[in-house]
Parts: sequence; C-alpha cells; structure tokens
Amino acid sequence: MRWQQTKDWIEHRLPIFSFLDKELNKYPAPKNLNYMWNFGSLAGIILMIMIATGIFLAMHYTPHVDHAFNSVERIMRDVNYGWLIRYIHTNGASMFFIVVYLHIFRGLYYGSYKAPRELLWIMGVVILFLMMGTAFMGYVLPWGQMSFWGATVITNLFSAIPVIGDDIVTLLWGGFSVDNPTLNRFFVLHYLFPFLIVGLAGLHVIALHVHGSNNPTGVEKKTKKDTVPFHPYYTVKDLFGLGVFLIVFALFIFYAPNYLGHPDNYIPANPLVTPAHIVPEWYFLPFYAVLRAITFDIGIPFTDIVLIEAKFGGVLAMGGAVGILALLPWLDTHPVKSARYRPTFRKFFWFFVIDALVLGWVGGKPAEGVYIYIGQAATAYYFFHFLILLPYLSRNEQAMPLPASIDDAVQARKKYGAKK
Amino acid sequence: MRSILSIVLFSVFFSFSALAAGGNIHLPEKEWSFDGFLGSFDRASAQRGLQVYKEVCAACHGLDLVSYRNLEILGFNENEIKAIAAEYTVVDGPNDEGEMFERPAKPADRFSNPFTNEQAARAANNGAYPPDLSLMTEARPNGANYVYALLTGYKDAPKDVKMMDGMYYNEYFPGHQIAMASPLSDDLVEYADGTEATVDQMAQDVVNFLSWAAEPNLEDRKKMGLKVLIFLAFFTIIFYLMKKRIWSDLH
Amino acid sequence: MSKDKKDSNSETSRRDFLNMTGSAVGAVGVAACAVPFIQSMNPAADTLALATIEVDISKLEAGQGMTVTWQGKPVFIKRRTAQEIKEARNVDLKDLPDPEKDEDRVQKEEWLVAIGICTHLGCVPLGQKPTDVHGDFNGYFCPCHGSHYDTSGRIRRGPAPKNLAVPPYEFVNNTTIKIG
Repeated sequence: MRWQQTKDWIEHRLPIFSFLDKELNKYPAPKNLNYMWNFGSLAGIILMIMIATGIFLAMHYTPHVDHAFNSVERIMRDVNYGWLIRYIHTNGASMFFIVVYLHIFRGLYYGSYKAPRELLWIMGVVILFLMMGTAFMGYVLPWGQMSFWGATVITNLFSAIPVIGDDIVTLLWGGFSVDNPTLNRFFVLHYLFPFLIVGLAGLHVIALHVHGSNNPTGVEKKTKKDTVPFHPYYTVKDLFGLGVFLIVFALFIFYAPNYLGHPDNYIPANPLVTPAHIVPEWYFLPFYAVLRAITFDIGIPFTDIVLIEAKFGGVLAMGGAVGILALLPWLDTHPVKSARYRPTFRKFFWFFVIDALVLGWVGGKPAEGVYIYIGQAATAYYFFHFLILLPYLSRNEQAMPLPASIDDAVQARKKYGAKK
Repeated sequence: MRSILSIVLFSVFFSFSALAAGGNIHLPEKEWSFDGFLGSFDRASAQRGLQVYKEVCAACHGLDLVSYRNLEILGFNENEIKAIAAEYTVVDGPNDEGEMFERPAKPADRFSNPFTNEQAARAANNGAYPPDLSLMTEARPNGANYVYALLTGYKDAPKDVKMMDGMYYNEYFPGHQIAMASPLSDDLVEYADGTEATVDQMAQDVVNFLSWAAEPNLEDRKKMGLKVLIFLAFFTIIFYLMKKRIWSDLH
Repeated sequence: MSKDKKDSNSETSRRDFLNMTGSAVGAVGVAACAVPFIQSMNPAADTLALATIEVDISKLEAGQGMTVTWQGKPVFIKRRTAQEIKEARNVDLKDLPDPEKDEDRVQKEEWLVAIGICTHLGCVPLGQKPTDVHGDFNGYFCPCHGSHYDTSGRIRRGPAPKNLAVPPYEFVNNTTIKIG
C-alpha cells in the first residue's frame, strides 16, 4: 500500500513507471520473431558491459606514452581481478562487433531498413561508425606495437584528403607523429564516445518503438493477434539468448583471451620499428581490404588527368563501404521487405555475405600477388550489390505472395509442420 | 538454416585473426601443463626454469614486469623469495644527500635488469637488443612453442644461406639469422633436484617459467572460468525451460 | 493463462518454481559480477607489497623532528626533549578527550612516532619544525579547524575526536625504525 502511494507520487511527477510498463512490459512485439532478433538487446547489454569494465579499467590506466603499457600490465598482474576486467573488455570489443554485424545482416535479410524505419536504420549506421572509432582508439591505449602502428596507419588515411590532408593529420596527432598528445586525446575520446553511443542507441530504440519491430515476414502487424507482450515472451527469450552468448563470451575470456588479439601488441610501442605485418583487428578486416583494393589512380580515361589518387580513392572506398549502408533504404525500394518472399534477392543476399567474408579473409592477407585481385573483385562486387543489383531488383523482381498477416503466416507454418 | 549459417559466420570470422597472425614457419606443437581447461603450471619445471633464467638468460635479458614477490605462486616461501631477491642489487634513491645508492633487492622489487637502458644493452650486444622476456610467450604467435623451438632450433646454416657477421642460424627464428648464440648446452646448469640438464629439458623449463612470467594469473583464470561456465550453463538451461514454458501458451 | 490455473496446479507451481529459480540465478549472477569490480578498487598487489619502509633516525637531535611518507601518509618522527617527555607524562588522564597514557603511545620515551594526519578532517598539523606553531599544549596544532595536540600527539582541545594515530613500527636497531 505504502509502495503504491510512493509509486503514484512519483508517477504523477515523472511518469517513469507507465513508461517502463509501456515500453518494456506491454510493448506489443510481433509473435514470430526468430532468434536473429536477439542481437539488438544483446548489443545493448554488451555496451553496458563495455562501459562498466571500461570505467573500472580507466581507474588504473595511465594515458602517457611512458606508462601506458606498464599500467596495462599492472592491471593484468597486480590489480585485484584486473586481468578479468581487462579480458572482458578486450574480448567484449570483438563480441560487440560479432553481435552488431549479425544484427546488421538480420536487417539486410529482412529488409528492416525500409519504410517506416529508415531513420532507425540510419541511426544504426551512425552507431556503427562511432563503434568503429571507439574500438580503434581503444586498441591504441595499451601502447603496444600494434597500437602505435595501427594509430599511425589509420590517422595517415586522412593525409589522403587533397590540399588540407597533411594539416588534418597534424591536427589529429597534436604533433608531428603519433605521440603523447595523440594517446591522451584518444583516451579522452575513447571514454566519451560510448556515451554518445548510449544516447544514439536510446534514440534507436525510441524510433524502433514508434512502429515496432520488423519481423521475418516483413508484413506489418495489424491486429492484436499478430503480437505478444514483450514481457514475459521476449524478456525470457532474450535472457536465454544472453545465456548462450555469455557462454561463448566466457570461453574466450577464460580459455582463449588473446586469441582474437595480435601478439605484437604485447611488445611495447617502438616508433623506430614497424612490425612485419600490420593487421587491424578482425572486425576491420573487410573494410581494410576495401581500402587496399584501390591501387590505381582514378582519372579521365585516355588522358593523364588524375581526378582521385589511389590513396584517396582507397580512403573514399573504405568510408563508402560503411556509409553506403545509410543509403540502403533508397537503393532497395522493392515493396516487399523480407527476403523470405524474394527468392532472387535472397540468393544475392547470401552472395553478399560470402563477398563480405571474402573481403575479411583478404584483409588479413598481405597485399601482394593474387590477394590484390581477389580483394579488388570482392570490393567491386560489394559496391555492385548495393549500387546496381539492389536498384535493379527493386524494379524487376517478382516476389512471392505475402501472407495476409503475421498470424496467418504463423498458422500456415504450423500447418506445414515447419520448424520455427 | 540460418542458425547453421550464423555458426559458419562465427567460425570463419574467428579464423581470420589466426590466419592473420600466423607466420610461415611451422612450429612443432608440444603439450604443456598450462594448456587446456584445467591447465596449471608445472612448478618443479618452472622453478628449474627460474634457475636457468638466472644463470643463463639474465646475463642479457630483463624480466622487467615481474617482481620477486610474484615467485610465491611458483611455490617459493617468503624467506626463499627474500633470499633470491637479496642476490641482486638495485639502485634506489635519492637518499638524504641526494645521491642514488645501491641496496640489496627486496621482494617488492622488480627483477633486476642486466642493463640500465636499451642503449647500454645494444652496446654490450653488438648492436642487437635482447628483448625483455616478461611477455615473451604472449608477444609471439604460438609463444610457448615458439620459445621452445627457438631454444632448441640452432643448426648449422644450410650451404645456400650466406650468414651475416655475428649471426647464428636458427630454424625457427623469422629470417633464420639470429644475433643470439645458442644459449643452452647440455649440463650448462646443475639442477638442485637432480634433473638431468639436457638442452631439451632446460628449454622446456624455461618455457614453463616464462609462461608463468607472462601470465601469473593463468591458473586463477582457468579455475574461475570453469565455475563461470557451470553457472552459465545452469543459467541458460533455466531460461531455456522458462522460455519453452511461457511460449507453449501460444502454440 | 487463467485456463492454465484451472487446468492443473502442478503446472502453475512448476512455473512458479522456474520463475523463482530464474530470478535467483539472475540475482546471484549480478551479485557475483559485482565482486571483482568492487575488489578491483582495493589496493593492488604492488601497492600492498610496498607497505613497509625503513627510516634512518641517527641524525635527529633532541627537539628535532622529521616527516616521512608511509603508505602515502605523512608520519611524524620526533626526538623529544626531556621537558617534552615530562609534559607528556604529567597529565591527568581525566583531562584528555581520548584518554591514553604516553607510555602506551611510544616504544622508547625519546621517540614519538605518529601519523601526521589530524583526526578531524585529515589536514596535516603543524609542529614538526621548531619554528612552527605548536598549539596551546606545546605539541601540534592543526591550522584547518584549530585542534591542539600535546607532546604525545594526543588531542587536547578542538574539534578532533581522537589522538594522532600511532602506526605499527619497530626499532630494527638504535638508529633505524621500520614502519609498517
């Protein structure tokens, strides 16, 4: 009774309880969501894990070129449970990207970017950009060999910008090479960005809840029969998914904590010696391959006029490979959302997945011999998929008949005895 | 179908970093006591490895990240650690006169480094820099096997290889030409526990010691991992059952 | 759902059991996760390992003091004059806010060893140097809020509740003190 009164008092001033009830409890979710829909909430949970571990690591980390490496090793050796918190944080970055990439591919497959969810999707792309920046700057902080040379190579990308490139790089560094000012600002930004991501993720969820989740049929929900309340149906499903995910996560943390990292980063940074192979973390490899695929100047054919030098071209292509996702709602304008009812699109979706994997594979190989051509072919196909194939299919693909409603689709599947 | 594909996705992505990290030289794979889910350090071997480190490696290589007090994990007691530390001197200070002074090392001190700085190390080693060994088994791909292979991998150079001055041929060193002469030879040290000090034995002992030095918390990590996994398995099963139960309403 | 209830009681009780177990497992998990995070803020192994220092006191004359750092805190070491020792001992315990005999606070009557942190709000009191203000009891005086300590480091007047703390220490020999 007392609790009810307190609740009412608060509710009257800040309607937090009705808000939570509406958005997390009663929120009507399509009843046919499959396990691919687990990755959104999972990404949110990992973000929280990363922020929590990050804050506690920051309590022991020293952002100075003379102390950074040793302060990380102090965390590993002397700080109580420091090794655990750091291994959660480093492997958490990889887990975050796995989950977000699966989340994105889910969206690509089921057409989650289409109206009325274009802004929702674009905010997701912005979050991806921020995540990449955060991950990159975080990798610099231990100040190992890969930290230093990764920072050098990536910041040098900006020197490709015509005219002002070199000035921008100097500005980024705060000096004439990657050095203490660079490390210091990377630490500050690495701490700041996750909170921007939290804000954007909040908007992402608000936008999501306006029209509700997309679903495997791509048919919007119509009646109450199409949905179930979020709690307990999806809370319990998400918790089960969380359990499976945490098992995978724990296997890495406790039994292969350095598997996804690079051994060179256990060597303190040395500005005079570059490691034999500079390879970014696995989650950047596909984009790294795109960067390296542009080995030629782009100019007006049959003249010597160069419009875009190879270096700048690579940078543009790499940025474009992520940025093009934001244009997706206007590249794929086919009225049917889900690949389930678009057989041709579905086939090409899987080609695209393979293409992305090939890019990732090439990105980890040295830029020589046949790998260059494979990388170029895969890059070309990447952009072909978005710029030519999707617009073409939008106009010409004959889709299969759609179910009248989500409920209809569920009933029909049951009848066929198909597995969910 | 999709779940299968996502598993494929996982595994393919994971194999990238391994591919990216791997070198061209194939290392012999040995079994180590610290491998596996229940791995732990072979303390007798690691203690012998400490002896080899002290009597051989420490002439050139530092172990900057490790303190004498850490040896407790390897089974040394407080007095033994004090005695080991006291064999070394460290520079401390400044004292009240503003002078730096030398004193015997204490358990809280880091392992004493044979050189005061990189330049001194290079000057004493023909320009080569003997790297710090604290993280050696983590700072190389497949580190434990690499260190073992390197220590036992000295050979006469093949005829078609032209050796540079002051370099030695090693089967497993990248580029095969290493500035460090073969550091081990049979009976180079005399083990207190009577173990025969063959090159192979010493190399194994050094690997055990350095693997501990690189990650002294390894045993804690693996033990905790098992507990966490058991808990998570329970967690997952509970929520799987709940999920089935709750969703059964719908079907 | 209501149909369920009517159908079978065992059904609902099984669900309740699952719900309770689920909540319990979740709560245990969250609680267990909190431990490493909180523990990580406690002193690390290297900090703990540096918990003792040795101090050479051979150069101090009677009436002189020196301040050394132990665990990041100032420790006052003072070689007291005969007059100061007398003052410290000739005190009626009833006059003290925090009654303690001088004999219990020092190991050798000449040497006062105390942590130089005012027990009020953590300022460092004055009184180590002959030229310092010594307060109304000829010992230490905390300038922050006016606490007066005597020559044994005991609080005599002012807002501080306790005497200056005595750290664990021992005389290694006549000229060396080991603190911690």
